[in-house]
Amino acid sequence: MSGSLKNDFTMKKICLILLIGMNLQVLAQDIPFIKKETLQQWINADSDTIYVLNFWATWCAPCVEELPAFEKLHREYSSKKVKVVLISTDFKRNVESRVKPFVKRKKLQSQVVFMDEPNPNHWVNAVSPEWSGALPATLIIHNRKDKYLFFEKQLNYETLEEIVKTIL
Amino acid sequence: MKKTFSLFLLFSLAFTAMSFQPTNTGGGYKVGDTAMDFSLINVKGKPVSLADIKNAKGYIVVFTCNHCPYAKAYEQRIIDLHKKYAPMGFSVVAINSNDKDVQPQDSYDNMKKLAKKKKYPFPYLYDETQEVAKAFGATRTPHIYVLDKNRVVRYIGAIDDNSEDPAMAKEHYVANAVNALLNGKDVATKETKAIGCGIKWKKS
Repeated sequence: MSGSLKNDFTMKKICLILLIGMNLQVLAQDIPFIKKETLQQWINADSDTIYVLNFWATWCAPCVEELPAFEKLHREYSSKKVKVVLISTDFKRNVESRVKPFVKRKKLQSQVVFMDEPNPNHWVNAVSPEWSGALPATLIIHNRKDKYLFFEKQLNYETLEEIVKTIL
Repeated sequence: MKKTFSLFLLFSLAFTAMSFQPTNTGGGYKVGDTAMDFSLINVKGKPVSLADIKNAKGYIVVFTCNHCPYAKAYEQRIIDLHKKYAPMGFSVVAINSNDKDVQPQDSYDNMKKLAKKKKYPFPYLYDETQEVAKAFGATRTPHIYVLDKNRVVRYIGAIDDNSEDPAMAKEHYVANAVNALLNGKDVATKETKAIGCGIKWKKS
């Protein structure tokens, strides 16, 4: 009797630990690795959602500076069919050691993915032939409305909101 | 006959002079354009021009800087390119065009320190006014322009196809371009794109 009670208690403890563990995983966002194909799916999506694809890296100062603007856009507009994706172009070896801790520290809420392609020459043109490869860079697309706007520069919230409002 | 010949000589001279004039259609040089020469100070304060490089068969112009992780990842590969190709007539000419107020790590003093620390065997030049980067159309670091001896742009882009790991690089774009030029051949891959740090332009 006392044995089963003890087991019950242990089970509850295990459940509690599991629950806490799962919650922690939800809090610390996972960073999926994507290939050119995923990028092209977003770029060519037949969707009524505006995709805001921002190319950044933890070491890129102007990128880090503009991240709050994208986060704000995500907060204000994610319920209005605007999807912000922050695409990290850091080195692969730094994903665990730098990108994940950075995302956690900055509490980024927009979706963060890692561009898992070693040769940018294979995918930079797919984003825009206008893009030289310099960071930061942002692509804003709404295929159903034929909107395709590319920026090879730092953006602020006012500009982002204005663009999104015009498209919506 | 003599007159015709002089006329021919005059024309060909004029044509040669014309073809050596820098061409720039805005937005920087394209492959086939003739690049301007420039005069920028090296880390010892001495002005350096492409024309100063003796016995040049061409030039590997590298827009780079001190701070950028991509530039750092390529540091050794740039040194190796120079060590291999300078004796064959293709010297590396490295240029830092970043504004020191926007990116203090890329100041002239820090260029001196880096060149000393890494024992740069090539000129590391300071493009303080950013005019050279603008003329070339360089946007990121590293951003490479391979020029032939007449300063005609023959290749623009990345050094190779793997910035993170030199051992994993399969295509050595700059080396291939220089090898082709040394063998009197056309460059097969004339342009590539790479991710890099945007050049830090002066805030107006």
